[in-house]
Amino acid sequence: MTNSTILVVIALLAVIAFAVVRQKSVAVVSGATDTLHSLPRYHGYYASLMVLLPGLAVLALWAVSGKTIVENLILAGLPDAIADSNAERLDLLINRIRLIAENGTGIETSEHLLAAAERFNRLYGMGIVATLLLSMGASAAGYLYAARKVVAEFRARPRFEKILHGLLALSSFLAIAITIGIVASLIFESLRFFQQVPLDEFVFGVKWSPQTALRIDQIAAEGAFGAVPLFAGTFLIAFIAMIVAGPIGLLAAIYLTQYAGPATRNVAKPVLEILAGVPTVVYGFFAALTVAPLFRDAGIVMGLDVASESALAAGVVMGIMIIPFVSSLSDDALMAVPDSIKQGSLALGATPAETIVRVLLPAALPGIASSFLLAVSRAIGETMIVVMAAGMRPNLTANPLEAVTTVTVQIVALLTGDQEFNSTKTLSAFALGLALFVTTLVFNIFALQLVRRYRQAYD
Amino acid sequence: MTDNTRNILDQQVDWHSPKVRARLRRRHRTDFLFRAIGFSAVAAAGLFLVFLLGNIIKNGAPGFLQTSIEVDVAFDPSLLPDPTLERAEFAAAMARVDLQRLLRQSLLDHFPEVSGRADTIRLTRMLSSGARAQLRDILVRNPAVVGTTGKVWLLASDEVDQVVKGNVDISLPEQNRKLKNKELVWLQRFESEGRVSLSFHSRFITAGDSREPELVGVWGAIVGSGLTLLVTLLTAFPIGVASAIYLEEFAPKNRFTDIVEVNINNLAAVPSIVFGLLGLAFFLGVMGMARSAPIVGGLTLALLTLPTIIISARAAIAAVPPSIRDAARGLGASSMQVAFHHVVPLAMPGILTGTIIGMARALGESAPLLMIGMVAFIVDVPGGVNDPATVLPVQIFLWADSPERAFIEKTSAAIMVLLFFLIAMNGMAIWLRQRFERKW
Repeated sequence: MTNSTILVVIALLAVIAFAVVRQKSVAVVSGATDTLHSLPRYHGYYASLMVLLPGLAVLALWAVSGKTIVENLILAGLPDAIADSNAERLDLLINRIRLIAENGTGIETSEHLLAAAERFNRLYGMGIVATLLLSMGASAAGYLYAARKVVAEFRARPRFEKILHGLLALSSFLAIAITIGIVASLIFESLRFFQQVPLDEFVFGVKWSPQTALRIDQIAAEGAFGAVPLFAGTFLIAFIAMIVAGPIGLLAAIYLTQYAGPATRNVAKPVLEILAGVPTVVYGFFAALTVAPLFRDAGIVMGLDVASESALAAGVVMGIMIIPFVSSLSDDALMAVPDSIKQGSLALGATPAETIVRVLLPAALPGIASSFLLAVSRAIGETMIVVMAAGMRPNLTANPLEAVTTVTVQIVALLTGDQEFNSTKTLSAFALGLALFVTTLVFNIFALQLVRRYRQAYD
Repeated sequence: MTDNTRNILDQQVDWHSPKVRARLRRRHRTDFLFRAIGFSAVAAAGLFLVFLLGNIIKNGAPGFLQTSIEVDVAFDPSLLPDPTLERAEFAAAMARVDLQRLLRQSLLDHFPEVSGRADTIRLTRMLSSGARAQLRDILVRNPAVVGTTGKVWLLASDEVDQVVKGNVDISLPEQNRKLKNKELVWLQRFESEGRVSLSFHSRFITAGDSREPELVGVWGAIVGSGLTLLVTLLTAFPIGVASAIYLEEFAPKNRFTDIVEVNINNLAAVPSIVFGLLGLAFFLGVMGMARSAPIVGGLTLALLTLPTIIISARAAIAAVPPSIRDAARGLGASSMQVAFHHVVPLAMPGILTGTIIGMARALGESAPLLMIGMVAFIVDVPGGVNDPATVLPVQIFLWADSPERAFIEKTSAAIMVLLFFLIAMNGMAIWLRQRFERKW
């Protein structure tokens, strides 16, 4: 039995409650439904919500906190010797126990762990049964409450609509909850990281090598967590991408809004949309397989030493990816300039090019600048292209022919494969994520402010 | 007006003087140039697309094909179980049979001149390791073949496959090739006897992942993607539409709803990998859900697509004219009834279009899924949302990392499958928009 079984049970109960209470409301007035305040189905809806919500609340509570509770119970039940000897690695211990619990005994031999895993399974099973019973109990209570309310005068529809209104509001606040969740999880893990690594080392350090000793007594390189080379690499690639995407995107937007006839637009718009819809993993494959060797060979012909994972290849392909982004946002900015200004300039004898350069572009400048900023923010946060086509080794350089690594590459490298949740190495990924989130947020807010502050009121 | 401007205005301009004409020509030339640059920017974008897609298709089309070699297999009764056994018993006995030996014997019969351990191994390695499974299937399906000799098409190894497809330069010096001269001679002999065929490889569509390029398939990843998207749809669609209804129809205009709005717009621009970090910290860390499971991937992608769905659903709801609302209200509908009986059904085509586009984006997304462990090597096709699974884009990522030459075409072919689904979804969105969307 799993959580989804409980979900299905509650849903079934809600359907039954709907049918029963609906019938009951008809029966209460002996079929004369016109004497009911609300239509029978609203009595039914009300009852099904009354069954659904308490049951779901219990289930949600269990889903969020169940495993943590069971884990704590297990830890408390372990012999003191084991718990003490592993005090710093409790998470590791829990992971091992859970692995045995989920995948069978495997290679574990420690009796205590096997016993703990068995206890884990038993407790978890009990927890699920308890949740099922509790949620059914809560649903039943809800049902009794709703069923008692069925009288002719009961205002079922307003009551139901009030709850519905609350649910709608709740879902729109979820968007805020996501933001809070992002910020909270990033900050929470980052704080733990900064307890081990000073903030100034992270912000100003120029050496990134997140290898930490696995055991306390192990002789290994001390980890270095200076994020400067990562951000340098990120900005280098974003800069190259903007050199490609900025002019091409803007000129394409100008051509499509000012010069192109409907026929050209009908071809060019879908082309840009397809370019925007291609998944980034495809661009990454294209960069690694086709563009990087191309640049490398071209470098050999020109006598240049181009790394096989050069920043140039990743940057150019990322530029191609954000061309549609720049062009559609610049397109909007240009279209927002009132036609009368353009017509006025043309009427005074300016050529279309002069009108565009001297009248339209200055008028649309805030919008265009904001589209560039949003594109930079997108390039900074882009992951798959750089994971597949950029390097892994931190390299503080401005030379686009060398391999550099980026923030997103390091996050992926730190968090894929097996990891413990609490090592400095893993936590550093969250610190990088926080830095990335803040950087892109600054770019986005700045872009929005730019448009808001400098937008001309033409009318 | 200053004297200066008056002077200029008083001047008689000869519009036909060579000086003015030359200036005009120059200005028109600049204009033409500017226009040409603009056009070349559009053309460049088009060329990039053609180059990208052309490259993928050129690399990927052979990925759907596979070389097979026809071998005369002697189903030697001394090596195989008794065909008169019950079916189940026969199948059980088959599990213990050394089919590699059977295969080796059949190949050596065909090439009597081959001898020595190293050469024999080379010869058998021309066939895929999946050839044994093929033989087992044939035998289990029809035990009566034991004792006979049959012509069987068996999968060739990926190296032979690459040579047959012409992807390997066989004029290279021998030590730079995986397939040595001896194998090439054998392959030529097979070819001259008409025993080599290159045909559509249905296994690529129907199988799961494998370490051998000739045995891989995308079905596991397709099912994984489907399950993940199902979870995403079931969570993001109701919540997204509900919040769009609230924000458009019910929310009071105050500071708080302003914050909600700004917040949704900002969320849409948050890098996808950050959502992966949230999924890792919350779904795996706090809730203790299983790694690599479609349910976790789907929930993470739901967080990612929620802003997109809210924004497009709001646009669709806002496009329903107020007269509809007024009419419904005039007939006595409550505000909930106005919203759910009139506004939402009319906005539904727009909402669905936005949702499909959001789903298409979720289908192509891979970075957040790397964070929650959907990068594992998984052979089995997932049976439910709690089984370990991978998705198409991550499968592409994994294959792109594999060193074998044959994986290039498999990766490209998988990209073609992914693009097919994306085009289908976007096509559906366009169709919906054109078929049902109303202009008021």
